[in-house]
Amino acid sequence: MINKTIKQSAWLFVLPVVVLVAFNALIPLMTVVNYSLQETFGDNVFFWEGLTWFEQVLNSDRFHDAFIRQISFTAIILLIEVPLGIAIALCMPKKGPWVSVCLVMMALPLLIPWNVVGAMWNIFALPDIGLLGRSLNAVGIDYNFTQQPLAAWATTILMDVWHWTSLVVLLSYAGLSAIPQAYYQAAKIDGASQWAVFFWIQLPKMKRVLTIAILLRFMDSFMIYTEPFVLTGGGPGNSTTFLSIDLVKLALGQFDLGPAAAMSLIYFFIVLLICWVFYTLMMKNEQQ
Amino acid sequence: MAKITLQDIRHSYLAAPQTEDDFALKYIDTVFKDGGAYALLGPSGCGKTTLLGIVSGLISPTSGQVWFNNQNVTEVDTIHRHIAQVFQFPVIYDTMSVFDNLAFPLRNRKVAESKIKTRVFEVAKMLDLEEGIHRRAASLTVDGKQKISLGRGVVREDVNVMMFDEPLTVIDQNMKWELRSKLKELHQNVGTTMIYVTHDQTEALTFADEVLVMFEGKVVQSGTPVELFEKPMHTFVGYFIGSPGMNVLPCQVRGDDVVFAGQPIQCSNQGAAVSNGSANDVRTEIGVRPEFVTFSDEGIPVTIRRVDDLGRHQLVHVQHDQYEIKLICPEDAPIPNGSAAIQFDQNRTFLYADSWLANEGDSR
Repeated sequence: MINKTIKQSAWLFVLPVVVLVAFNALIPLMTVVNYSLQETFGDNVFFWEGLTWFEQVLNSDRFHDAFIRQISFTAIILLIEVPLGIAIALCMPKKGPWVSVCLVMMALPLLIPWNVVGAMWNIFALPDIGLLGRSLNAVGIDYNFTQQPLAAWATTILMDVWHWTSLVVLLSYAGLSAIPQAYYQAAKIDGASQWAVFFWIQLPKMKRVLTIAILLRFMDSFMIYTEPFVLTGGGPGNSTTFLSIDLVKLALGQFDLGPAAAMSLIYFFIVLLICWVFYTLMMKNEQQ
Repeated sequence: MAKITLQDIRHSYLAAPQTEDDFALKYIDTVFKDGGAYALLGPSGCGKTTLLGIVSGLISPTSGQVWFNNQNVTEVDTIHRHIAQVFQFPVIYDTMSVFDNLAFPLRNRKVAESKIKTRVFEVAKMLDLEEGIHRRAASLTVDGKQKISLGRGVVREDVNVMMFDEPLTVIDQNMKWELRSKLKELHQNVGTTMIYVTHDQTEALTFADEVLVMFEGKVVQSGTPVELFEKPMHTFVGYFIGSPGMNVLPCQVRGDDVVFAGQPIQCSNQGAAVSNGSANDVRTEIGVRPEFVTFSDEGIPVTIRRVDDLGRHQLVHVQHDQYEIKLICPEDAPIPNGSAAIQFDQNRTFLYADSWLANEGDSR
């Protein structure tokens, strides 16, 4: 007969984790939920509002516009950074002293604090004193990112590409390095072209790291705040006001805590949903 | 199909090789006849894979030339050498189906799709890959994947040479026999020159008409399995081929006599003793296979140490002085108890000088 000892005191061992998770995730999130369902005028006085804020946010043109700007920005930088990152990784040396040099060069942009990146690019692109801005105007291109929405977008995208392509490069390079030499030898013997080697060996073998790279770049760019805030402040007008910039304006500028909380939750679920769909699709393919 | 000539090949993986030890291949000069089935046999690290790489053009030799028939292909790249090679571990294109994997070498060479189809199904049938031929290759077991690799190796019929680099390492034991006989069958049908690398003597001896035994970057002997067994040119061949390997025993050469632990021994290459055995700086050994050692009334006195019953025969370990000698007796032969005397078959006992068969090994 088995005598199973039951000791409720074992729960004590789990308690530290429960407390930790509660304080750093559950309670803050519940506070947001709390705000999103009620109206407050301060002094801890709350009025029940139900889903009013959610309806209001989801129906507002302001949210739609910010969302469209956000999704366009993310799509554009992914379309640039992923192929560019793979291309650079393919060009990097496979062995020798230049490997470490290239890796360090690649890692440099990743080490710069985000607001510094914004400030650097702001100064770099200023039409009157910045190297980029002045050069462009000197060759006859009318460029002023503080006044032209198109120029502001181009600068923001360029800045993000400069800052984050390295991440894709490093991950792709790691993926490429893990391919055994025998695959390339077999491909040579099979008479495969360079393009066939890329399409049938390198790309499939990089799939896992690319999934991670795309997920990371998606999440980061979809939640981007600091760099465009420092570079353009969301302007000119609202042309570079992405979701998180808009959220901060709503919450801290206008102090509309209810709608801001509702928007936070909607924002959070969009990120979660897209990541889940993307990851599931990639991994489902894997198992077939 | 082609005759392959390797002329004065040396190869080092180092940029600036200094000593002889820096060379993975010390000296290779050999011919693979058109349509022959060859095995490269040797321990890990003896240069077998390097040699294959040089034939296929994946490795460019430090010095020497590679000829296919009358064409010097030393500088020709892999793709234009028209060769097939199968590696030790499966290489498959994960995202393609089994069919597309097998068709890949043909499609790259712009073979007509209808012809590809018949050929791929032939190969798939030979390798038992027909079932699930349209499934993704990544979903197969490691056995199946290696069969795909083999299939891609044999799918082209017009190749100069097919090379197999220990292709059955990952394959299940039962399947090994089957696949090996399939390869042998394929060789008989298409008559392509085939080179099969292995460190397993059974595999080498069953597959090949001629076996090249490699040791420390050199081919120490090439010949039919029977030649390798009966007259090893190097003590390594004697030791590596046969189960168990040859008895190699240190001996002294005094004038015309070969002496092992105080006992005079008759060797089949006795005459060589005079010419090169007496020099002091040469290490002399006698080699005799366990199959050619017998118990006798008089001869070398020994103590019986152990008897292993190997089913069809018995392996007897005996000792004379500090030297252990093995001999093989028929399964029902009586084994003397305690001490006995043994004799070496004179025609099958060889004298080796510095590991090479005395006299005949001189030229190396």
